[in-house]
Amino acid sequence: MRDVAVIGIGMTSFGELWETPLRSLWAEAALAALDNAGVDSVDLITIGCMSSGLFTGQEHLASLLADELGMAGVPAARVESACASGGLAVRAGFAEVASGLCDTVLVTGVEKMTDVDGADATYALGTAADAEWEGFHGVTFPGLYAMLARVHMQKYGTTREQLAHVAVKNHANGLLNEHAQYHLQIGVEDVLDSTAVADPLNLFDCSPVTDGAAALVLTTVERAREIAGDKPVVVITGSGLATDTVTLANRGEIAELGAVKLAGERAYAMSGRKPEDIHLVEVHDCFTIAEIMATEALGFFDLGFGGSAVEKGLTSLQGKIPVNTSGGLKSKGHPVGATGVAQVLEIVTQLRGEAGQRQVQGAKIGMAQNMGGSGGSSVVHILEVV
Amino acid sequence: MFSPARAWREFPQRYRLEAAKCSGCSKILYPPRLVCPECGGRKFTQEALPRDGKVVTYTVIRVPPAGFTEQTPLPLALVELTNGVRLMVQIGDVEDPESLEIGMPVRLEFRRISWDGEAGVIFYGHKAVRAGS
Repeated sequence: MRDVAVIGIGMTSFGELWETPLRSLWAEAALAALDNAGVDSVDLITIGCMSSGLFTGQEHLASLLADELGMAGVPAARVESACASGGLAVRAGFAEVASGLCDTVLVTGVEKMTDVDGADATYALGTAADAEWEGFHGVTFPGLYAMLARVHMQKYGTTREQLAHVAVKNHANGLLNEHAQYHLQIGVEDVLDSTAVADPLNLFDCSPVTDGAAALVLTTVERAREIAGDKPVVVITGSGLATDTVTLANRGEIAELGAVKLAGERAYAMSGRKPEDIHLVEVHDCFTIAEIMATEALGFFDLGFGGSAVEKGLTSLQGKIPVNTSGGLKSKGHPVGATGVAQVLEIVTQLRGEAGQRQVQGAKIGMAQNMGGSGGSSVVHILEVV
Repeated sequence: MFSPARAWREFPQRYRLEAAKCSGCSKILYPPRLVCPECGGRKFTQEALPRDGKVVTYTVIRVPPAGFTEQTPLPLALVELTNGVRLMVQIGDVEDPESLEIGMPVRLEFRRISWDGEAGVIFYGHKAVRAGS
């Protein structure tokens, strides 16, 4: 297997971007990544997108978007794993370069979510659950994570306030990210007082509906060194992908995220790293409880201690293991197909030392964890600067 | 999506709670599958689910998806039946959502589930109600 480097990054601002269609969002991020890499041609384009069909009425994205960039003829493939589609696009691009099938790949993720109303967006996101045996009864994604939260709270004593601390921390980080959807300082009371969505989760426990795109250029480490000159090169040293049951009823233990644990173990094994080696991590905080459970599944904290960790500040920007320095899905926004790519982009930004006010000093090894549905899929990448 | 054909083909599970019992390891599968996830067996006999169980976890949905706006707030639970099978169901007859709790004994009852979808189909199935109520 060949070593794979990230040589270009680019993203749109995340938000409710009413004036911009999907194809322009995507092209803006793709062009930014190509420019950042200093390349003008690639061997392959991968696209992570969950549901352009339900959100915009457009499928067949791979060819449509290759053409949008003036690259009709270049191989392009869209991949889908619900909200982990972006991470899967990174994984697909990584595999192509590592295997030698391609030398240079443009990895992208995109979602345009505001062309439908709230009920239709909730429905579209809900298709990542089991449509026949969960969706039929009216369950929503906040509802599924609320059920996970309820079990975690009962089993481990995780508190309502600890959930709120996740949102408070991520909004504080998002204040320092120019691309974030929200630049909004909030307190614990704001979360507790916000509108109930699915008990015990409130509005400020939930990531928002967002338009946005993100892109990376991957190539071999040899080519990366040629292009980078004296600048540091960021290498993907670990990649893990795993599935779990989509249907919560079929999952034995629901107070743990099995797919995240497995994907993490696979990424650790490939990179030869351990949780203690990681300097910062972007995790999939689609809901506040998800961040707590993900940090446990990845081995940063023992089961049941993720809630107290965030409350004690262990996951804040100056903490033991900074989590979601970008603001996370909660504050940066969650254009579902773009999220997994944007997470890796944040880690690259940090490892390059280009994160400005939210820079984690001395960051050399980072991790990005993306998740689909209520934990039915997960993708984990470990990146290191060499 | 919530089409008449789909409603029709799901009648055995929705109306009669028909499950499949693996001839190899006796695991009960609801809904039935072609292969047992436990032992890989491919032979099954038909068996109806028991009606009694308990709440494993629950929520009350305040912001519903399309098709359920008339039923909000909507209590939902993951229920474990006496034979160990788990299923996602609405909780019916809830006057006070604060009274719901993990471990609450429930019984499955045949109810109307949804009715205002685009297909004009009225969907029936089972809801959990507090046992003894």
